[in-house]
Amino acid sequence: MKPFFSALFRSKAGLFGWIILIVFVAVAIAAPWLGLPNPIRGSLTARLAPPTWTGLFSPGPHPFGTDQLGRDILSRIVFGSRTTLLIACGAVVLGGIVGVTLGIIAGYFRGFVDSLLMRLVDIQLALPLMLLALLVVAAVGPSTTNLVIVLALTSWIRYARIVRGQVLAVREREFVLSAKAIGASTARIMFSHILPNILTPALVVATLELARVIIMDAALSFIGLGVQPPAPSWGRMLADGRTYISGAWWIVTFPGLAIVLTVLSVNLVGDWLRDYFDPRQRSVR
Amino acid sequence: MSAPLLEVRNLSVVFDTPAGTVHAVNDVSYTLHDGETLGIVGESGSGKSVHALSMVGLVPCPPGRIVSGEVLFEGRDLLKMPERDLCQLRGGRIGFVFQDPMTSLNPVLTVERQLMEPLLRHRNLSRSQAKSRAVELLELVGIPHAKERIRQYPHQFSGGMRQRVMIAIGIACDPKLLIADEATTALDVTVQAQVLDLVRDLKKRFGTTVIWITHDMGVVAGLADTVQVMYGGRIMERGPVGPIFKTPRSAYTWGLLRSLPHGEARTQRRLYQIPGQPPNLLDSQQGDPFAPRNEFATPRCFHEVPPLVQVPDSTSGHLVAAWYDLPMALRARQEKPA
Repeated sequence: MKPFFSALFRSKAGLFGWIILIVFVAVAIAAPWLGLPNPIRGSLTARLAPPTWTGLFSPGPHPFGTDQLGRDILSRIVFGSRTTLLIACGAVVLGGIVGVTLGIIAGYFRGFVDSLLMRLVDIQLALPLMLLALLVVAAVGPSTTNLVIVLALTSWIRYARIVRGQVLAVREREFVLSAKAIGASTARIMFSHILPNILTPALVVATLELARVIIMDAALSFIGLGVQPPAPSWGRMLADGRTYISGAWWIVTFPGLAIVLTVLSVNLVGDWLRDYFDPRQRSVR
Repeated sequence: MSAPLLEVRNLSVVFDTPAGTVHAVNDVSYTLHDGETLGIVGESGSGKSVHALSMVGLVPCPPGRIVSGEVLFEGRDLLKMPERDLCQLRGGRIGFVFQDPMTSLNPVLTVERQLMEPLLRHRNLSRSQAKSRAVELLELVGIPHAKERIRQYPHQFSGGMRQRVMIAIGIACDPKLLIADEATTALDVTVQAQVLDLVRDLKKRFGTTVIWITHDMGVVAGLADTVQVMYGGRIMERGPVGPIFKTPRSAYTWGLLRSLPHGEARTQRRLYQIPGQPPNLLDSQQGDPFAPRNEFATPRCFHEVPPLVQVPDSTSGHLVAAWYDLPMALRARQEKPA
């Protein structure tokens, strides 16, 4: 654990990313015990109340103000982060596992398996991902599990593509032959010799994908196929608040900021992880 | 003598390429006895590495294809063995050391993990046992501070040390047979000498049988009991080190020996080069593959493949594939200077 922390403190950006991410996750987990107002039931007398700290009239302590139904925005962001982070992380992990596995298989075995998988990827890339997601959600109905699966479905192809390319290069390297020469099985070569070599690009894809999936989740919620109201979700809040943007800027600003900060921290953490997992970067003592 | 440890019979390997079929190994047969060290010499493309890799199923297939032959290792035919059993053998009974220590180690795994892998795979050791054995191995191949260094990554080792690590991996499970493919080629001369010392020492201590594949006649002279010269996928000459170096019978061996720098010749004349290009192994060739570059070639050499036969006046297992009589040709040449 020691090299982990020393590597962490050497990178300011990485540290910053980790702190934001950890705070967000901690807050999301602890949400019910933070004593926040109910995120679903508002009071209509407190509609469109501005953030308390602006000094404008506000009927109660609402640090980020309230929305058009008088619901506390801070509370909705915090509770929304639970679903948003769960869906995004679930989709990225699921898509990553599927995509990396299939990418390694395609790249390692080549031939028919490779053609089959890559044509599948091509077909899916030819369809607008949003349309695909829409179709599937419309067919199976919006639920957290379904959303995770749908978003993973739009996500695996990117991993598969990049991982396959990397594997094509790595499988020809000498150490693969020497792994065979010490009697390693095919599965072992794929997952314990080749996988660590392609983890870095896969990790970079994962951070980009996490950002994309959060935005896609927001977009799905925006058109009403994401998390169903009244449950809070960041995309939904943006969608609902957009009509009030001229009078009540806070409704869209704070969920937007939450998305930006999450995506940013994930990217910073991803960069840091890439360096951390690269033994060449780590060797400096 | 007891039954041979390894017996190769009529091994032929081809590669199917878009340009045609490349005959990489043609009808190679030889035997290797327990404890013997066989040096296989030849230039690039002579089939020396491919034949060794094909014996244990390491030639990618396709494009590689083993056309014929048997490889008997401890009495079992490796070419007919199911992949699962072959996996058991590789790294266990048969150890490998590869050419380039820079690329033969996985850059993202620690040396420890790579050393432990064959031990865990073949030896049923617990992780902690494998760990301590790995440290022992590293000490055995002469890496100082093995306990600390074992946690490092390959890029933190120098070239010579990486080759030592490769050797440690190769001998991890006390193999009966160690196949070293150009194991010292990528190293500079002083490091090469150290590595050769190490191999000699290991041979003495564990009685390992070694196949040392190289293009360096000097290395073979210092290490091997038997030399096997390969060219164009065929064995040109084979025999104990002494006779081969003293009275080579194949013009190719003679050419290789002449192109070594030695004695005062080092400064006085340009090094000898064998004229011509290595053969194109596309499609089947006629005759002796070395004939086009051979100044002693007889007409017969161009039409008929010479068989590998016992040298007439020798008792020591000196074999040669040649239609011409090299010592006689050399004598004749000395008598009438051109």
